[in-house]
Amino acid sequence: MRYLTARKRAEGMGASGTGTEHFWYMKVSGVGLALIVPVFLVAFGRALGGDRAEVLDRLSHPFIAILTALVLFVGLRHFAAGAQTMIEDYSHGGTRRALIILVTILSYGTMATGLFAIAKIAL
Amino acid sequence: MVQLTLPKNARMVTGKTWPRPETGGTLRKFQIYRWNPDDGRNPRVDTYFVDMDDCGPMVLDALIYIKTKIDPTLTFRRSCREGICGSCAMNIDGINTLACIYGMDEIKGDVKIYPLPHMPVVKDLVPDLTHFYAQHASIMPWLETKTNRPAKEWRQSIEDREKLDGLYECVMCASCSTACPSYWWNGDKYLGPAALLHAYRWIIDSRDEATGERLDDLEDPFKLYRCHTIMNCTKTCPKGLNPARAIAEIKKMMVERHV
Repeated sequence: MRYLTARKRAEGMGASGTGTEHFWYMKVSGVGLALIVPVFLVAFGRALGGDRAEVLDRLSHPFIAILTALVLFVGLRHFAAGAQTMIEDYSHGGTRRALIILVTILSYGTMATGLFAIAKIAL
Repeated sequence: MVQLTLPKNARMVTGKTWPRPETGGTLRKFQIYRWNPDDGRNPRVDTYFVDMDDCGPMVLDALIYIKTKIDPTLTFRRSCREGICGSCAMNIDGINTLACIYGMDEIKGDVKIYPLPHMPVVKDLVPDLTHFYAQHASIMPWLETKTNRPAKEWRQSIEDREKLDGLYECVMCASCSTACPSYWWNGDKYLGPAALLHAYRWIIDSRDEATGERLDDLEDPFKLYRCHTIMNCTKTCPKGLNPARAIAEIKKMMVERHV
C-alpha cells in the first residue's frame, strides 16, 4: 500500500517530451513505402521465373539496386518503429525494454544483411 | 503483459435467479453483474424479470424497477435520468452507454448489464473512477491566462465559440475511455479519449494563453500517442461526440509545431 494521491498517480513522472517525432516518422515512412513498394514489386517481379544469372543481372541494375536498398532501409526502420509501438501497447516494465532492444537488433541486423547482399550483387 | 484472462477472484459465476413478478404483464429477462466487496465471493450474474407494462422505456427505468420492487441491494449510480450527469454509465448489451438514455427497445433478447469494462469495481455496477477523474484534473480543465486584462469577462468571436461545439458537451461518463483498448492496457499512463477531448477543448479555446504548456504536457508516447485511432470512443459516446477527432486535431497541432 502506497499512500499516493490520485493526482500524483495520474501525473506519474510527467511528459517525456517525445512522441511527435516517432508519430511523424511513421506517417512519412508509411507514405514513402506506399510509393516505393509497388514500384519495387513491379520492377523486381519481372525478374521472377528467370534463371540465377538473369535475377542477379536484374538486381545489379542501378535503379533496381537503389530501389531495393531503399525498401530495405525505410521498410525495416518503419518495422522497428511500428513493432516498438506494439510492444509498448502490450507489455510492461523490463519485458517491454528487453523486447524493444530485441526488435531493434533484429530490424537493423536484417537491414545490414540485406544492404550488404545488395552491395555485393550490384557492385 | 496485457491481461487476456480475468484473475481467479474476478471470474464470473452464475448467480441467483430472482422470482418473476406476479403482475401478469409482459416480462423481460435481465442479466446483471453483481459483486459485493464484503462477502469475499466471486462476481456473479443474477437474473431478474421486469414487468415491461409497469416500467418506463429506458434501461435505467428497469434498474430502478428491480431495486425498488425486487432486490434493494442492487447498486448503481444515477442522478439526472436525462443524459446530463453521466452517472449511470455502464455496459449494456455490450455497449458502454448511459442507462438513462438507452431505450430497451434498442436491445434484442435478454438485457445484459455489466459495469464499465476494465475498471476497478466498487460494488455491482459502480466502477471506481478515481484515476479517471485525476487524469481529467491533470489536463488543467480551466482557462489559463497570462494577460491580466480585461479584468471582466473575455470576449470570444462567434467563429471561435463554434470551435468548442462538440467538445464542451462531454459529461465525463467514462464510456469512451473504458471502451478504448489502449486505455485498458495502458490506462495508468495513457490519458484516454475523455481527458484528451477535454484537453483539446482548452487548447482550442481562443481565450486560453497556455496552449504551448498544454501541448508540452501531452508530448509523450503514452499520454497522447497510445491512441491508435481505433474509434471505439466515437462509436460508443452516448452524447454523439467525437473524441477521436479531438485527439487527431491535437496530433496535427503537435506535428505543426514540430515540422
